Amino acid sequence: MSRTFLGMPTPAPRGVGHLRGDEPFPAAARRALGDAQLRRNLRHATTTIRGKSGAVIGEVPDWQELRAAGRAIKTDTMARLPELLEQLEAAVTAAGGTVHWAADAVEANRIVTDLVRAAGADRVMKVKSMATQEIGLNEALEAAGIEPVETDLAELIVQLGRDKPSHILVPAIHRNRAEIREIFLREMPGVDPGLTDEPAALAAAARRHLRRTFLSTKVAISGANFAVAETGTLAVVESEGNGRMCLTLPDTLITVMGIEKVIPTWRDLEVFLQLLPRASTGERMNPYTSMWTGVTPGDGPQTFHLVLLDNGRSAVLADEVGRQALHCIRCSACLNVCPVYERTGGHAYGSVYPGPIGAVLSPQLTGVADNASLPYASSLCGACYDACPVMIDIPSILVHLRAEAPHPRAEAAAMAVAAYTMDHPALYAAAQRAAKLSRLAGPRGRGLPPPLSGWAASRDLPQPPSETFRQWWAER
Amino acid sequence: MSARDLVLGRLRAALGEPRTAPAPVPRGYRSTGSVAADLDLLVHRLTDYRATVHRCADADVARTVDELLGGRQIVVPPELPRHWLPDSVTPVLDDNLTAARIATLDGVVTAAAVAVAETGTILLDGAPDQGRRIITLLPDVHVCVVRTEQVVATVPDALTRVDPHRPLTWISGPSATSDIELNRVEGVHGPRNLHVIITA
Repeated sequence: MSRTFLGMPTPAPRGVGHLRGDEPFPAAARRALGDAQLRRNLRHATTTIRGKSGAVIGEVPDWQELRAAGRAIKTDTMARLPELLEQLEAAVTAAGGTVHWAADAVEANRIVTDLVRAAGADRVMKVKSMATQEIGLNEALEAAGIEPVETDLAELIVQLGRDKPSHILVPAIHRNRAEIREIFLREMPGVDPGLTDEPAALAAAARRHLRRTFLSTKVAISGANFAVAETGTLAVVESEGNGRMCLTLPDTLITVMGIEKVIPTWRDLEVFLQLLPRASTGERMNPYTSMWTGVTPGDGPQTFHLVLLDNGRSAVLADEVGRQALHCIRCSACLNVCPVYERTGGHAYGSVYPGPIGAVLSPQLTGVADNASLPYASSLCGACYDACPVMIDIPSILVHLRAEAPHPRAEAAAMAVAAYTMDHPALYAAAQRAAKLSRLAGPRGRGLPPPLSGWAASRDLPQPPSETFRQWWAER
Repeated sequence: MSARDLVLGRLRAALGEPRTAPAPVPRGYRSTGSVAADLDLLVHRLTDYRATVHRCADADVARTVDELLGGRQIVVPPELPRHWLPDSVTPVLDDNLTAARIATLDGVVTAAAVAVAETGTILLDGAPDQGRRIITLLPDVHVCVVRTEQVVATVPDALTRVDPHRPLTWISGPSATSDIELNRVEGVHGPRNLHVIITA
């Protein structure tokens, strides 16, 4: 046994959080495909956002230069991640904040729960955050007798509907306005029974519902879009103002961020603040961005805690090909252009990170064996790579992870036979002639026996030609 | 072993030794100062995201505020220029007012730190003529006065004009959401009415 080193990169633990689905992608996707309403909702929403995003990206003459800079900044960040985190810690501490480190979801949940208890609160308000969904923070808080209140409109729809998020940016993308109205009428205390399904009326209902919570809750929990190592500045990008409420009104603010969110310098924000809104909501700029550095006397929360979360990210960093999945700025452009996501929706991916980025991030965070079907949840068309504002080469990571996923023994044996045959010309010619026998497999391979029938279930076996190229060449 | 040492140890193990030196960041995009600030563009972009724009001389700000908030109670930051306020409004000075009190007020008038033409964005940095973040959050009408020399062209320009150690709020139009069928709807938790007065 080689030396045991405690600091080995480690995947996210099982049994906590939401990185693993209950069933493989093909089974979940098959069920989702049968839901015509879901497919209509997704198609409408993704078509809308693609149009908006394309229009505002077209306004920027230097979009490709910004993408290239975004990629390079993230590559640089990953290469210096431990040092940048130490720098961030020092800067936040100097500005009056307290920094905590969490090796995994269990530890992060415990840290946050203890901080909320220490503040004497039995209710917290939350800004939408992928990191806290990933670690299952709401469940952990509820188990400790603390009520988490989601304040983002889509998260509120999901929470009131006892549903699961299905999109990074718009967790309730699978719900249309009529369904949202039904949820509000059923679950929102004191809601006007005459509520219509006009989006403005639905937004106004959420405004009334949450105002009292904003004014009376003493602890808020947020994620972070960016954390600047150089200055210790945290940034949250949002639309509704619920983020500003949570970042401004309470006495105590707890921010949980994945360690990959750090960026080296203040100047680097000039790249990401241009890339993110246009790629994400298709806006030139989102309505509100809040930035804060530690604690400001007399303005906003006077106690600030920053929780730095690993939870499998070190394992992603250890893979030289896969580590660029950590470059993701959670814009969700890859979901909106993905032909697979548009048809199956986000729930089929099992993890809080759906779509193309989820298909490369989730298996790496958990170890490929725990999400073995996700690297195959793609047609490898490459639209995600084109759309990504930081140029993550998602198709290449998918192929790389497919090689790491467990493969059936029959497939390995078949590949070995194929390799040997192709190495021997006479054998290869004979095999080509014999290929006509594959007609025995039935039309498109549907008559194959197990285990080959599994392969053919979602693929068509090509019909062999009546004459091989070699035969044609020999006879001309 | 502390969690800190554990995480940092994992990350160093993941990167291995020797580290590959990162390539320099190519910054071929439009950098600071490369584009001229365009006031008309700012007006267009603000209007496009449902902010209402007013243009007038500094001496006429009070008249515009009167049209927007006359007869109402408004919160004002400690060092708001007094000549911006008409006699018709009842100003309530923010001397550490409670959130509950601010929530009862009809509007707020502030200055700004910077405005970004290309994105239609107003930046507040908590200076005494802008006040605490809370006062521009709870009232339903925000009137923000921007001087032309505060207008910059792009996001990179704006970042050089503000201090990261101050609390910063970037505002682009009134509160909005895209959470219902991915259409932008104005008016959720922040002020539902944003008026920008640009003074010559």
